[in-house]
Amino acid sequence: MDTQTVLKAARLANIEVSDVEVEEMKIKLTGIIKWVEQLSEVDTEHVEPLANVVNIALPLREDVVNDGDCRDKVLANAPEETQGFFVVPKIVEQED
Amino acid sequence: MTELTHLTIDEALTGLKNKDFTATELTKAHISALEAARHLNAFIVETPEIAMKQAAESDKRYAAGISRALDGIPFANKDLFCTNGVQTTAASKILEGFIPQYESTVSQKLFDDGAVMLGKTNLDQFAMGSSNTTSAYGNVINPWKRSGGSNADLVPGGSSGGSAAAVAARIAMGATATDTGGSIRQPAAFCGIVGIKPTYGRCSRWGVVAFSSSLDHPGPLARTVKDNALLLQSMSGHDPKDSTSANIPVPDFAAALTGDIKGKRIGIPKEFRLEGMPEDIEKLWDQGVKWLKEAGAEIVDISLPHTKYALPTYYIIAPAEASSNLARYDGVRYGYRAEDADTLKDMYAKTRAEGFGDEVKRRIMIGAYVLSAGYYDAYYIKAQKVRRLILQDFEKAFEICDAILTPTAPSAAFEIGANEDDPVKMYLNDVFTVTANLAGIPAMSVPAGLDSQGLPLGLQILGKAWDEEMVFKVGGVIEQAANFSAMPQSLLKKAA
Repeated sequence: MDTQTVLKAARLANIEVSDVEVEEMKIKLTGIIKWVEQLSEVDTEHVEPLANVVNIALPLREDVVNDGDCRDKVLANAPEETQGFFVVPKIVEQED
Repeated sequence: MTELTHLTIDEALTGLKNKDFTATELTKAHISALEAARHLNAFIVETPEIAMKQAAESDKRYAAGISRALDGIPFANKDLFCTNGVQTTAASKILEGFIPQYESTVSQKLFDDGAVMLGKTNLDQFAMGSSNTTSAYGNVINPWKRSGGSNADLVPGGSSGGSAAAVAARIAMGATATDTGGSIRQPAAFCGIVGIKPTYGRCSRWGVVAFSSSLDHPGPLARTVKDNALLLQSMSGHDPKDSTSANIPVPDFAAALTGDIKGKRIGIPKEFRLEGMPEDIEKLWDQGVKWLKEAGAEIVDISLPHTKYALPTYYIIAPAEASSNLARYDGVRYGYRAEDADTLKDMYAKTRAEGFGDEVKRRIMIGAYVLSAGYYDAYYIKAQKVRRLILQDFEKAFEICDAILTPTAPSAAFEIGANEDDPVKMYLNDVFTVTANLAGIPAMSVPAGLDSQGLPLGLQILGKAWDEEMVFKVGGVIEQAANFSAMPQSLLKKAA
């Protein structure tokens, strides 16, 4: 994995990385990716992907409200909240 | 009277019913043991007040003759299970200070049966690791030491290292744990105790901090096979809040411990004989085969041809699912938030950079990479296809055998700091355990002997999906034959 690939993965993962970290990750992530690439030896023609071993159809339930009305609990762990809302840094950039 | 902390759960329940001691006395003894063994760093949060309150309630129920299945039994709760009103961190800085407003289904079931919580145990960060060295709250130290030579501190295994160390050090009678690639069984082997990863869907994942949803399995750790049966009984059962929780009856696991395996066919997979495997482990495996033969089982050679591809498959699927599951840590709703961020996007990236540990970041990035456009088919879909082949290997093997016997781990506990230079080297710890996660089948580790340095080694028993009973049956026979009575040296010194 080159610098660009590491930076792309970091961007997709929403993780800020320093130049030093990029250099270290290049080595370690390349090691992991090279190692997992041995799967290409396996013949998987006509094999269906297996997402989950559970052979149960996902259960359905009545479409009714069965939870909620617990705003204070939802907000209890917020790093910042006000008047019943989560507070985040500004989203719309100002032009100046 | 035997020291209370050395009793098994089964013995303690009898003692409590006979009024030989009270739940309060039993709990106090364990809290003292916890305080005396803080150097192991097995706990992130201690909850002695909760424990004493729960013990008092247990004593009332015993007095009234309405005691429950695990009434008064002190247990340690892996800090991956959300606990109502008690900090839950997954051993990550990103969840520091997070106080869940709800209880995980598994810990609620234990409470409903009267179990007493001593605290929340340390683990590898987000359960990602095999050594408990990725925790933001420091390493856990294995209570076992080598008998000769180096006196270095050893890892307890991971990710359930704090739970395993607490049970081995006689701080807790049992513990909750989770197993995504071996995180119950490898620490059980490293610490000389018993642990079982049940069938996928047996224990609810609701309220367990998610790592890899199709591979995460909650399960118990304890010092005997029977104690594992008692804990798993309580932890199991259908939960509508987990869509993959199975709505099928839970058998009586302890009743399966008949000791009778006459005529049962035990498979020995040739692919598990690794080149360069320590001789002690090879010998112990052969010994295990002999024990089962002597008990009347029939030994059959089996083949699991895709075994060597299990770890690479795991290290695509698990990071992929992790990258999705851990997207929720954004510094908005709970946990850590980075300061000095000007924009929302900046806040996300900084929060995650500062909050996650290095191994967690690596796995999230690998996951994002293998799921990204252009690589999705080559890595992720490919791994899912190989996963099916691994499941089919087991299905074929179980046509000619009832259970499978293998070593649990390719080594005994190693020194803290070993295997850290190369992530892949650390991953190889799970070479024998990870296939059971990919196939979702039950698997148990039972301590079966000591290596030449006096460290415990485990044997692993794997069974068919939903056939934990066979795993318990065979595990019980191994336990009885091995008669493993060794203890960490520090405990022997105290007893002397």
